[in-house]
Amino acid sequence: MNDIVHPDGARIIAGLKQAGVRFVVALPDIVTSDGLLWPISRDPDLHLVRICKEDEGISICAAMAYSGTRAVLLMQHTGLMDSLNALRAIGMDYKQPICMMVGLQGKEPHLPADQSASYGVRIVAPVLDAMGVSYSMIEKPIDVSMITGEIDAAYKGARPHCFLIGRAPVAP
Amino acid sequence: MRRDYALEVLRDHVGPADIVVAVYQSCFDWLALTDHDLTYVATGAMGQASSHALGLALACPERRVFVFDGDGSLLMNLGSLVTIAGAGVSNLHHFVFANGIYEVNGAQPLPGEVDFAAMAAAAGYARTGTVEDIEVFRSDLPGVLAADGPTFTALKIEKGADYPWRYDYIHSAEARDRFRRALNRDSR
Repeated sequence: MNDIVHPDGARIIAGLKQAGVRFVVALPDIVTSDGLLWPISRDPDLHLVRICKEDEGISICAAMAYSGTRAVLLMQHTGLMDSLNALRAIGMDYKQPICMMVGLQGKEPHLPADQSASYGVRIVAPVLDAMGVSYSMIEKPIDVSMITGEIDAAYKGARPHCFLIGRAPVAP
Repeated sequence: MRRDYALEVLRDHVGPADIVVAVYQSCFDWLALTDHDLTYVATGAMGQASSHALGLALACPERRVFVFDGDGSLLMNLGSLVTIAGAGVSNLHHFVFANGIYEVNGAQPLPGEVDFAAMAAAAGYARTGTVEDIEVFRSDLPGVLAADGPTFTALKIEKGADYPWRYDYIHSAEARDRFRRALNRDSR
């Protein structure tokens, strides 16, 4: 298990910027706190909006999209579960480009999510499948390369996309 | 104070470049009373108007954003008061039409009485108040809108005339497209 590699936080942040993301809307998540949220909070090129509950973030990101302003919602998988009605209504029914980065808190780094001992982790992908929300796993360094393209596709296609962060990103 | 009368007072102060985010019965009344292109009706999930308004206020800092919220709606998203106050937006004016009931859901009562203006003040809004009388509202409103936001006004209202419930429109692609076109046309 010592050879498990983690994604690089600086490269994830670079991918967001390359996709034209200006705002990060966030609630803290232990998986992404050190590698993403703290560095983003110090980054002068990104505007961090700290929220109280995750469904606020669905609405904030959707409203920003009307003017072409790109944003990402950073949260834990528990917050995603708490936001499903907003995601259903605003993201899917209204066809809005809600881009989410979701830390899979409790997922074992050496196991795929569907083999996790955590029920909460195991059900995330099936729930997104049931809703028709596309998602990508971000676990290995190479996974980061898809971020810019997926965000671009979500905005161009007017649909949500979810990045599932399965291993804690390395802090810059 | 009748809700439609209060909306007519607001209508006199909403300029063509201002954004209005309106929910449920206040939205239905507003749609009947105006033809304002920059009316944002696609709030989707109950309680989310203030959060949509914050997104618009952050993305469009050159515009004023008016929120016509409901009391039952705001109770579903009270944390947004703290988020809005913490976000540092000065262009957001939050109005809550408070009648103590879930009007479009059978007129059932709220779980309890709430001092929304006190909550907004405690959350850190720059200016807050509660108004029960239409003439007082007419007199106070210019001062509210001249102040740096976020501002918060709780309006104690009662039902006005009967206006159609236009659910099909507020959930329609037509409404979203109209808003998007107006927003991007006006910002050119």
